[in-house]
Amino acid sequence: MNKREFLKKGAIAFIPAAAVLQALMRQAEASVAGAAGATGSPTPGYEPRDHWYGMGIEVEKCIGCNRCAEACKAENDVPPEPFFFRTWVERYTVKQSGETEVECISVNPRGERKAQDEREVLRSFFVPKLCNHCAHAPCVQVCPVGATFTTADGVVLVDSTRCIGCRYCIQACPYGARFFNHRTNTADKCTFCYHRVVKGLLPACVEVCPTQARVFGDLRSKASRLVRFQRMNKINVLKPALNTEPKVYYAQLDGEVR
Amino acid sequence: MIAQVPPNLTELLGQVIGYIYPNEIEIHWSILIVVYPYLTGLVAGAFILASLVKVFNVKEVQPTYRLALLTALSFLLVAPFPLLLHLGHMERSFEIFLAPHLSSAMAMFGFVYAWYLMGILLLEIWFEYRRDLVVWGREHKPPLRWVYRALSLFSNDISEQAVAFDRKAVRTITIVGIPSAFLLHGYVGFIFGSIKANPWWSSVLMPIVFLMSAIVSGIALVLFLYMVITSLRNEPLDMKCLDKVASYLFYAVVVDFSLEALDFIHRLYQSEESVKILAQLISVKLFMNLVILQVLLGMLVPLAVLVAARTRRVNPDLRKLLYFTAALLIQLGIFSTRWNVVIGGQLFSKSFRGLMAYKMEMTGLEGLVTALGLLLAPFLILFVLVRLLPAKRAEEAPIHPA
Repeated sequence: MNKREFLKKGAIAFIPAAAVLQALMRQAEASVAGAAGATGSPTPGYEPRDHWYGMGIEVEKCIGCNRCAEACKAENDVPPEPFFFRTWVERYTVKQSGETEVECISVNPRGERKAQDEREVLRSFFVPKLCNHCAHAPCVQVCPVGATFTTADGVVLVDSTRCIGCRYCIQACPYGARFFNHRTNTADKCTFCYHRVVKGLLPACVEVCPTQARVFGDLRSKASRLVRFQRMNKINVLKPALNTEPKVYYAQLDGEVR
Repeated sequence: MIAQVPPNLTELLGQVIGYIYPNEIEIHWSILIVVYPYLTGLVAGAFILASLVKVFNVKEVQPTYRLALLTALSFLLVAPFPLLLHLGHMERSFEIFLAPHLSSAMAMFGFVYAWYLMGILLLEIWFEYRRDLVVWGREHKPPLRWVYRALSLFSNDISEQAVAFDRKAVRTITIVGIPSAFLLHGYVGFIFGSIKANPWWSSVLMPIVFLMSAIVSGIALVLFLYMVITSLRNEPLDMKCLDKVASYLFYAVVVDFSLEALDFIHRLYQSEESVKILAQLISVKLFMNLVILQVLLGMLVPLAVLVAARTRRVNPDLRKLLYFTAALLIQLGIFSTRWNVVIGGQLFSKSFRGLMAYKMEMTGLEGLVTALGLLLAPFLILFVLVRLLPAKRAEEAPIHPA
């Protein structure tokens, strides 16, 4: 076979292959764009790389009203059952005896609470919980098909059109932040209300919090409320020893909280 | 679409002890995921037993060689099904092959599995049986002739040279196969052992413990099958072979037990944050499965039985009975081990403040019936395979092909 022939044959083989590849690429890009489109289109000129989102939670400001959890369920169409939450609120009661009682008030927010004997209670507080959007997320690491990923602006998302429903990510999350959505048969979790955030809006839970216990912001912007929050408070994260590098920062976090 | 929330979740809310994160009520990896490591363990164990014959020239074990290979194949063929049935989107399972996420241990499944099935097991079986397939292809009448001809991939050469090449190939494949078998099951252990969020799983020993328990279960299974199949055929049991296999079984159980004891003592002595909830897990949820079934009936009693069979000058009939009992108890124990790892690891909250409950489905896709079906399926496959590919070598071939 001479050079000309070789090139001809090569072209016959490769040009269609390249076309197929290109078509596949286009399709893949379209599906990514589609996934973004499904959650709302960003403001024109929005550049994900310019942002790095996180949340601050001021434990002492939380009054346990559960509006965040309810707003989240409404905003994100979270299944109504009292064991599927993208965000929830825990109530801690530390007794004089050193014993700690924890209750998730979001499970039954209007239910009757057991009356505590005030003399026995040392301290009591509420802690809102949600996905920590870890910078070093174990759920992203273990996903076998890359359906769970971190966006360029630092939000951990699940592509429900790709997730195979193996639930490995749910096992890998140390915070219990993920659940299995039985409507889509895929893993589900907090998105920081990504569809709102890219339009410049606040996540629903932050928006409705009556005491501003939740602060949302961009860690890349010096002027953001979150950066100010970090400057003004002593900050802790949940389970720091696991090195997941959470981006939900707690102020006045009690050592009892896990 | 209406959500198909498992109906028993609300009911389980009432069975929570202490505090759990609200999303934790659902036990995600069900009995099918218990079956999966159990099956692959049997594969790896059976293969390693078979390898003893070829690599370390343990002549006594020869009668179990082909049986062990076919056992490994039967169980390996069924092994992916529990995983597949468990997926929320079975139709997307091929994504694991097409678009594997390389940092995920689970993404390696397809490659490890495919390598072991096609690179090792099928190849070794083919070379081992090739000569016999050719001979059987000549002896049998159609349609069996066609089956054997097809299985031999239409090879026809049974000259001394060709057979010598087969032997060499088998040996080479076995040598590559041992680390591959280690990989297959050690990797399953890694899936669990690498989850740092879960202190019950997260242990560097996990792959090794998985591997040793795999060897234990695989040897016990081949011992059991050898005894059953030989008895069914009214053939005499080769006592030398039995004694040898049983002694390997004994050593494997000793190593397995030591490793698990080490893991346990290490956790207890280090006494990390999770120690209280794990102690509670063992005493409240896993006492029966872990202490009684896994450790006592699944390890200590079989060890005692095997010791009794070896030290006392017991007569062969009693010895057979003792071996048989030990093999059965060990299967029970290893299944409990898998249960305790998979289900046990999901019964405590990652808040370390409470325990969940697991209620096994009976008839659902992830229920007991499916699990039993998957556990029985390899035996059916093995039944067909043993019929088709007998352990006995084919007699000298007729000189002129019929």
